[in-house]
Amino acid sequence: MSAGSSVISTTKLDEIIQSFGGKKSNLIAILQKVQEVYRYLPEDAMIYIGKKIEGLSPATVFGVATFYAQFSLEPKGKYEIKVCDGTACHVRGSMPVLNAIRAKLNMKDKQLTSENGLFSLETVSCLGACGLAPVVVINDKVYPQMTSDAITIILDTLIKEDK
Amino acid sequence: MTDNKTLFIDGMEVEFSDEPNLLEVIRKAGLNVPTFCYRPDLTSFGACRMCVVEIEGRGIQSSCTMPPEAGLKVHLNTDRVRKIRKTVLELLLANHKCECLTCDKSGNCELQKYAMEYGITDIRFPKLEKEDYLPVDDYNPSIVRDPSKCILCGACVRACSEFQGHSVLGFVNRGSNTRIEPMNGRFLSQVDCVFCGQCQAVCPTGALTIKSSIDAVWEKINDSTKKVVVQIAPSVRVALGEEFNLEPGENTIGKIYAAARRLGFNLIFDTNFSADLTIMEEANEFVQRLTKGEKLPLFTSCCPAWVRYLETQHPELLSHLSTCKSPQGMLSLVLKEFLPKYYEGYKKEDIVVVSIMPCTAKKYEAIREQLINQTDFVLTTKEFAKMIKAAGIDFRKLKEEEANSPFGQYTGAATIFGASGGVAEAAVRTAYNMVTGEELSNVDIKTLRGVDAKSRTKDLVVDIKGTSVKVRVVSTLKEAEKSLKEIKSGTSDFHILEVMACPGGCVNGGGQPISCSDSSIKEKRAEGLYEEDRNLEFRRSHQNPDIIKLYNECLGGKPGSEIAHHLLHTTYSDKFKGSYKDI
Repeated sequence: MSAGSSVISTTKLDEIIQSFGGKKSNLIAILQKVQEVYRYLPEDAMIYIGKKIEGLSPATVFGVATFYAQFSLEPKGKYEIKVCDGTACHVRGSMPVLNAIRAKLNMKDKQLTSENGLFSLETVSCLGACGLAPVVVINDKVYPQMTSDAITIILDTLIKEDK
Repeated sequence: MTDNKTLFIDGMEVEFSDEPNLLEVIRKAGLNVPTFCYRPDLTSFGACRMCVVEIEGRGIQSSCTMPPEAGLKVHLNTDRVRKIRKTVLELLLANHKCECLTCDKSGNCELQKYAMEYGITDIRFPKLEKEDYLPVDDYNPSIVRDPSKCILCGACVRACSEFQGHSVLGFVNRGSNTRIEPMNGRFLSQVDCVFCGQCQAVCPTGALTIKSSIDAVWEKINDSTKKVVVQIAPSVRVALGEEFNLEPGENTIGKIYAAARRLGFNLIFDTNFSADLTIMEEANEFVQRLTKGEKLPLFTSCCPAWVRYLETQHPELLSHLSTCKSPQGMLSLVLKEFLPKYYEGYKKEDIVVVSIMPCTAKKYEAIREQLINQTDFVLTTKEFAKMIKAAGIDFRKLKEEEANSPFGQYTGAATIFGASGGVAEAAVRTAYNMVTGEELSNVDIKTLRGVDAKSRTKDLVVDIKGTSVKVRVVSTLKEAEKSLKEIKSGTSDFHILEVMACPGGCVNGGGQPISCSDSSIKEKRAEGLYEEDRNLEFRRSHQNPDIIKLYNECLGGKPGSEIAHHLLHTTYSDKFKGSYKDI
């Protein structure tokens, strides 16, 4: 939590802040960009943004970051898995799919990122693809009509590709 | 629309003019509605829903966010409204750490007060269990934060942001998980908090309270090997009485001296004396800098929150800060060094100095590495009032007494330190004399006065025999930041910058009796100080006979002497490294 051991690059952050005109009204867009770069919002980045942009403070940036589910305060995996648990997906069996992923990746309840940092897992409320339920999205690629077996094969492929 | 701007409150016709909201109109009419989140000096927030009223044709509205309109028919206590308020109270109490008997805020808590007034005897909802209590943050010298007592009214968040522009407190998470916290759950000591205590001053519950030194002081008073001496700050005298149902602004200094003696303090002194001393040193320092044309503008250094703000946020400007210790710091050391000279049986190591301050940040100042072991304990006005009550002293009936000599006498210039602009006014009165050898003809510098929200930045140009000196007075760090920007961009033209972190100065300090629901209280306190100033024999610090005596007998004859410099001045450290700005 202390300064010094920082993973962030202030040059990169300045660049991002500049690209949004350094305005506090663009805070959400700035945080989205930062999350894209670091795959999460590092504490030091939030402090830096809070201090740099006029009218903000680290505490207010942190408030925004914790308000929206889209922001993560822990590093996300290389592969971001989103399991839809909207009503349609839920009744079509999204929970068994989720459990299969947890089992495959050895992840506990509420654990965001797998031990090796390769995968992060979250449920989302609706992806708007109810006709394809249950749906899983991995890094913006949509996998329709998932089953426990199908998702296990997909994960195996991704793990193999990564080696 | 009718031309005459009136509306009806419970059938009574009420006139209104420029009141910002219905709640103010209701109060002006001599009525009231309960509220937790509405604070007249802060923006309306509409969070707590306690101030709801029923308006014919409009239904239920929160009066703190509703602009007054002509012809409105407002009802304050309908069944619907009362039911809503009671439900709000029940829900808040269900989530509240109800430790009322042992809570520091007990007796002053608005939640407790309304729960009693609305007759909440049972709470229908599941109550907060002990296991659910959140950790208490008491790791700083000034403020204790107990998040389980927070009702999320957001007053502290607004105070930190709107007064200090610093926002060390903020809302985190969402919905039922919402909390108010410093950045990422850190302690207040880890987020560059300046300990001004304004968050605590507007908090309706015990979520933010002052860290008490009462027991430690009692222990020293009852220790017969110690000589416990006390000093009382300027703005305490016009506020302490409020704790005993006296009017704000009523000067009770004579009673305060008496109360301190009854409590068992061995000797009583007045911080006003060292305020005069501060002016001698600071005016001298200013004249030196002005002559040499260096390190201008000079920043005043009386306010510890301001000093800490500069150290953590703008260390590159520290050279501007006057090296004078604050009046608290000066008197503590003077007492320890020189009391043995005037009082038999006093040894430096046995003297315990207690200061009574309107300020929570003074507790932090007392443990600064440069000042440690000089002021031993700092009590706020509120804590001192508690001690008086606990000791069974009937404050109102006390006969007025005098402070001890030789460090008791003070001038009008010192007493106005307690209001924003007072230090600068006092400095001008003395600097004028130092430069010209003559006295300023009119010592009432009205341009620098005013403690209301519109007077947070004040400018004055004084002509000191051909040299025009520009004085800038600001209160709140948010205003100070604007002046610092001017300095950094090279557009500033002022020579002195007086900064007080609390809005209106020390009269409205974080340690003063609660006054957040009435903006005019601080104005009355300030008026009390200016009245004392008008009525004192001496109104310029350099005329104080005790000060002249102190310089002659102990401090090398004149301000800025080597010994004066050694004892009365201090240094500052760059705390940017380790501040959370440093990443």
